[in-house]
Amino acid sequence: MSTEPLHDAGAPHLPPPPAKPGTNRSNSPSMFGLLLRDKFATTGAVILLLVLATAAFGPALMGDLATKQNLMFANKAPFNPDNGWEYLLGSDSLGRSELARLVVATRTTLLVAVPAVAASLVVGSLWGVWAGYHRGIRETASMRIADIIMSFPSLLLAVVVLYVFSPSIANIVLILAITRIPIYLRTARAESAELQSRTFVDAARTFGTRPNAIIGRHVIPIVTPTLLTLATLEFCYVMLAESSLSFLGIGIQPPDISWGLLVAQGRQYLQTAWWLSIFPGVAIVVTAIAANMLAAWLRIATDPAQRWRLALPGRKKLITTIRTKESK
Amino acid sequence: MNTPLNHGADPEDAALRVTDVTKTFQVARSASGNNRLTALDGVSLSIGRGETLGLVGESGCGKSTLARTLMLLEKPDSGTVDFEGRDPFALRGKDLLSWRRRVQMVFQDPFASLNARMTAGQIISEPWATHRGLYKTPREREARLNELLQLVGLRPSDARKSPQEFSGGQRQRIGIARALALNPDLIILDEPVSALDLSVQAQVLNLLNDLQQKLGVSYLFISHDLSVVRHVTDRVAVMYLGRVIETGATEDVFERPLHPYTASLMSASPRLDPATRPAERIVLRGELPSPLDPPSGCRFRTRCWKAQDICAEQAPPRVTAAEAGRVALPLPSIGAPSGHAAECHFPLADRAEAGLAAGATTA
Amino acid sequence: MTMTALPHTDHTTGDGRQTVLEVDGLNVDIRTPQGTVRAVSGAGFAAYAGQTMALLGESGCGKSMTAKAVAGLLDPIAHVAGGTIRLNGRELAGMAERDRLKIAGTELGIVFQDALTALNPVYPVGVQIGESFRIHRGMNRRQARSEAIALMGRVGIPEPESRVDAYPHQFSGGMRQRILIAMAVALGPRLLIADEPTTALDVTVQAQIMELLRRLRTEEEMAVVLITHDLAVVAEEADAVTVMYAGTVAETGPVDQVFARPAHPYTRGLLDSVPVNAERGAQLSSIAGSPPELKDIPTGCVYQDRCPLASAICRAERPALREVAPGQQAACHFAAQVQDSTTLQETRP
Repeated sequence: MSTEPLHDAGAPHLPPPPAKPGTNRSNSPSMFGLLLRDKFATTGAVILLLVLATAAFGPALMGDLATKQNLMFANKAPFNPDNGWEYLLGSDSLGRSELARLVVATRTTLLVAVPAVAASLVVGSLWGVWAGYHRGIRETASMRIADIIMSFPSLLLAVVVLYVFSPSIANIVLILAITRIPIYLRTARAESAELQSRTFVDAARTFGTRPNAIIGRHVIPIVTPTLLTLATLEFCYVMLAESSLSFLGIGIQPPDISWGLLVAQGRQYLQTAWWLSIFPGVAIVVTAIAANMLAAWLRIATDPAQRWRLALPGRKKLITTIRTKESK
Repeated sequence: MNTPLNHGADPEDAALRVTDVTKTFQVARSASGNNRLTALDGVSLSIGRGETLGLVGESGCGKSTLARTLMLLEKPDSGTVDFEGRDPFALRGKDLLSWRRRVQMVFQDPFASLNARMTAGQIISEPWATHRGLYKTPREREARLNELLQLVGLRPSDARKSPQEFSGGQRQRIGIARALALNPDLIILDEPVSALDLSVQAQVLNLLNDLQQKLGVSYLFISHDLSVVRHVTDRVAVMYLGRVIETGATEDVFERPLHPYTASLMSASPRLDPATRPAERIVLRGELPSPLDPPSGCRFRTRCWKAQDICAEQAPPRVTAAEAGRVALPLPSIGAPSGHAAECHFPLADRAEAGLAAGATTA
Repeated sequence: MTMTALPHTDHTTGDGRQTVLEVDGLNVDIRTPQGTVRAVSGAGFAAYAGQTMALLGESGCGKSMTAKAVAGLLDPIAHVAGGTIRLNGRELAGMAERDRLKIAGTELGIVFQDALTALNPVYPVGVQIGESFRIHRGMNRRQARSEAIALMGRVGIPEPESRVDAYPHQFSGGMRQRILIAMAVALGPRLLIADEPTTALDVTVQAQIMELLRRLRTEEEMAVVLITHDLAVVAEEADAVTVMYAGTVAETGPVDQVFARPAHPYTRGLLDSVPVNAERGAQLSSIAGSPPELKDIPTGCVYQDRCPLASAICRAERPALREVAPGQQAACHFAAQVQDSTTLQETRP
């Protein structure tokens, strides 16, 4: 009869997307497993973890070394084992270990980049989700504000503000966060606007669910992956922006050091002591690339409809990410 | 097994009564400069307790807008909706919330109507997050959840699964369970089986039938599939471009349509059994007019083979089957006329005019 | 009012008519996270000029996969793993990409289900219809445009001269489907594949579109392969039907014959579950369960889990397609019993 339980097997969905392993949980790989399958993403994740570890523990291990001056070892070239391990990456004009300075600078760099990204992510996303859901004047006003913020050259704005208010780490974080808010605002708004017209949101409305509850229960969980991916990419940008500011002299101020400041300080020695600028520059680039690789993987892994592509056997990577509606 | 046929013509007995509801939308300008789209133009109907009313019509007829309006997702520009004496659009706060429990909806697309990132259990119990008073303790909720799952033919273990792990028919069952979560009196079903495979359709239709027997809910069954409508509904209303152009007991409307549009719908449906096919099919001229520029007078006149000048000048009157000269066939168990009526200047006189062969049935 | 006579279906499938498409033993494999699964297994059917062969089945049965395999439009993770596909005598499976492109449109046309996504929203329809003329016949833009106008008139789009420069979203669903059909028949292909062409359309528009397809089929002497899940449409429009289930062919033959006396329990079950003259409130007969997932297709008969007649032989041996009546074949060990019964309940062994 019609009320007896049906078989557990779901109907086969021919790809894309293919049959989902419904009944047997152990078949579907976990996120971690998916990450390990993607060599690029794993490499990116490992690099980022290393950077994080360096920022956490580096200053404790190498703090003193970074400030120890030793004129005997001034301007030593890197990769010369005669100088000892602390001068592996060379030394600057005051004989300070470049390696140690690089390690210590990691913390400051992250201390600026991570809070800036986090702040702009949270503020921009919540604002955008709210504006997109309600539409109308709220949406329009928010978008115009975003336009205004975006129309200022962010670096110029940063320069002006920091010049006027003095460049402390907090101010730098603040200005970087503000200038990046529109990115999240616009993305969150666009996704939220599309989601609020979806059928399951209508269904929630039919029970009488209030807008904030709908936003919290339905919209935010769905837009979060996109925004996190965006944040990973923004992380690179913010790091580079901080580097630019430091390069210009209104970012991190000595005796604090960041990668960007290291690049700036080494600029005048490019011909003679190239390692002073190049290594911190490489650090920035490598971290940025690692974040990018992870972001590319994250984008597919956090979308339940596309995740199967990461689990395919074989080395052939599918570049196409065709969005397909599930058909009956 | 049979529900007692409710001819539902008696408005006093109606669970839901819609009177003259109008809804227009503001859209981009059409060729004629008109930017108001009249989705519903004076729609009236009623549904009795425990009864199933079918709503039939093609794209642009307004059935989806009507469904959304009844679910309070849209506010009508004029007209009233009356559910057991209360107008939901006048309610606020707690009253509105309690009204929400009386009327629920099952959506067409079993894939889009469920949030893919929630589990089936979360989806079905979502209404209780807003109506906290219904089942106060987590244990009560879990018990009720299991009850609902079993009611729709799923297992308690299915509560942990996410929608992708179910087939289309099972997802629709989840949607039905969700609609039942608040113990409604009326469920609006918007094309509930259209997206399902044929063999699964039958299962879900049987389920809906069972639930109506057990729980006594009324259904507003919106569908374009006439064979399904015929099987499932007690009465049916046919819509065209925002108006209900014919209504009556299902048997009457299908067997002896009054309105030419209804006849052409019946005629156009492909039929499995060769014996039930009309010898000749009515093919309508022209295209569906844009809802932005509906024809004057009778809106069906641009495609109607019976149209004459008066059809363009005057809106067609409401004509009952008796007035159209039909013999009112008494229903098997009730000796009263069925309330079969249509809006037409020239209603069809008999089956032959409707293109139906004598003796052959329509589905 | 306009009355049109309903199509007269030719019972003698294939007699004296040219064979346009022949598919035999077609296998299509798909790579999934759990390994390779077979989506279509040993499918075979034929389509003849001037006739419509319907591929009937529910979702996941492989009918769309089969059509895509014929058209060369398989998704990258699927591939033809065996069998032959002969179009006008030429073998398509394993054909080089360049040769495939030559026959696309000229010998083979395909109409998709959802016209809105099948048409490019940023090009006027005249440009899209004229594209095949420019590619295959080397016409210039002006010539292609006038051909497009003629074609639009032929498929029943009113005032084609003024609508040729309009964009897809400016047409109604039925009109868009006519545009797709126009594109498909532009170069007079011998074979037209229509993948659920009317599923998204209203019933009155569906009637018009099916009439159009019928007319074009006669005018062009085309073979039409109609993919659908709607039995009533098959009954009215098709000359022959191939019923597919879980990637295999369950039954095939002239449509009147197969629907009047089905020889496979699945066909029987489908026919029984259509609500026809059922009493209000009565239970509809339905097939219990749902189709198996591709990776879980059982050895032996693919239908065994849902079949009321399933027995030991069904679990052990997959039935081959056998002739059960002139022109009709079914893959069932108990075909004779199914044919002789009116309901499946009577046939329990």
